[in-house]
Amino acid sequence: MSLNKFKDRNVGVQNYTLIEHEAFPQTGGEKFARVLKRTIKGELFVGLWVTMRTMILALFNGEIHTVKYPFEKLPISPRYRAIHDMLRLLESGHYRCIGCGLCEKICIADCIKMDTKYDENQRKEVTEYTINFGRCIFCGYCAEVCPELAIVHGGRYETASQQRASFSIFDDMLTPIDALKEQKEYPGFGAVSPNADDNIKKTPLAY
Amino acid sequence: MDAIIIETIVKAALVIAVFSALAGFGTFIERKILAFMQRRLGPMHVGPFGILQIAADGIKLFTKEDIIPQHANKFIFMIAPIITAATAFIALAAVPIFPEFTVFGYTIHPIVADINVGILFILGAMASGLYGPLLAGMAQANKWGIIGSARTAILFMSYEVVTGLSLLAPIMLVGSLSLIDFNAAQTGGVGEWLVWQQPVAFILFIIAGFAETNRTPFDILEHEAEIISGYATEYSGMRWGMFFIGEYANMITISFMASLIFFGGFNEWGILPGGLAILLKVSFFFFLMLWVRASWPHIRPDQLMWLCWKVLMPIAILNVLITGLVMML
Ligand code: SF4
Ligand code: SF4
Repeated sequence: MSLNKFKDRNVGVQNYTLIEHEAFPQTGGEKFARVLKRTIKGELFVGLWVTMRTMILALFNGEIHTVKYPFEKLPISPRYRAIHDMLRLLESGHYRCIGCGLCEKICIADCIKMDTKYDENQRKEVTEYTINFGRCIFCGYCAEVCPELAIVHGGRYETASQQRASFSIFDDMLTPIDALKEQKEYPGFGAVSPNADDNIKKTPLAY
Repeated sequence: MDAIIIETIVKAALVIAVFSALAGFGTFIERKILAFMQRRLGPMHVGPFGILQIAADGIKLFTKEDIIPQHANKFIFMIAPIITAATAFIALAAVPIFPEFTVFGYTIHPIVADINVGILFILGAMASGLYGPLLAGMAQANKWGIIGSARTAILFMSYEVVTGLSLLAPIMLVGSLSLIDFNAAQTGGVGEWLVWQQPVAFILFIIAGFAETNRTPFDILEHEAEIISGYATEYSGMRWGMFFIGEYANMITISFMASLIFFGGFNEWGILPGGLAILLKVSFFFFLMLWVRASWPHIRPDQLMWLCWKVLMPIAILNVLITGLVMML
């Protein structure tokens, strides 16, 4: 496609095709003929049959599309960006976050607030970590940037609450220690791609 | 004399009680059937299969605030829904509901008043029911209401002539205006149903009946997509509910009339006893109204006028003429 085509602002004709339809009746006689034709052709009964068939299938074949929402939920895509989860290391149970601050830095809405200090092993300890969900736009950058797969987007999309603090404290987002076994590696935003191993290139050591 | 008065009062009370309950049940059935036809479940949570939804809706309607708009004509605004509901039940007075039966040696005619001009009475009462939407729309100081009442006038002028003319031919055949006589004329089984002699009249009557009860495809009075809610825009609570009870009672009346006039009424139908037969027929016509609502789009007011005046009325007149000629020869 040439650049010219994009510069053409005269939208309205190029990509539209007119739908074929029969000529509209002009005189009263033609209108009457159309009514007669439609009456005799039985188009109306085709319509009746369509709804009846749907009803029969719905009643006797279970083709009902209603999801009784609070009681049953549709699966969501793994790449859905809902409320964040903070994951733990499977071996030690320690949280994965190393306090690097990348997520705080990249956050486009400036809504991550964290504080760190060194613990007795000279390891960074996260003393404070909150996400202000009143401002988060769920862009996924934080999950994308995290080097440790520590912050990911989880599946909690029902985010109505009396105060936004309900979701946003580190301990709320962290996998509970007793549910460590159920913690799954996250396939969605920011996760390692399935073919990550193939993409690794050896860094040449000698220059 | 006293016995007749007491009997009539009891019957009238029964008709009002039973048919307003049926009208409420009709809303439930309508929601369910429309839901199934659209692959939904419909009301499910109140009671088994959502059947108590009627009660929940009733409580809601009764306890809702009754709002009267500031600039509305208060008196007319308040009585308009009563006109619709009352006339719908008045029309039912001349409808024979079941075959007569005997309880404790006392023969009961399940009709409130067997007047000799029954059909005229029913049509008249139902037609005056349209004063409800007409006045309601004009009294509420709301432009959607005004459009709604203008459309009521259109509807009224269009269908009324077709209803009358389409029923004229069967009336000529039977020679009476009483629905009981109509029923008696079709005692001889399915072969004697008037619909075989008057199929055109039946189709015209059904079309006009849909218009009369303000159902799709002729629901131009309150079509939400076009005029918000038309005549019912400003109504809330029980006044709004009365419009709906009236509408559903009218649907039942039209179903009764179609079954009585064209489909053999409450005569025995094969092995089916008469009471059951008429219930089945009425249920079918009620279902037909819901079915059509789920299937067909609705038409414009000008199309309704065109249809009624330029298509249906000539056909009806031809039908009357041909019937008359055949009867004379
Ligand atoms: S999803 Fe985007 S806006 Fe929300 S916390 Fe992460 S980086 Fe910030
Ligand atoms: S980017 Fe990951 S590891 Fe770094 S502070 Fe954020 S959550 Fe912790």
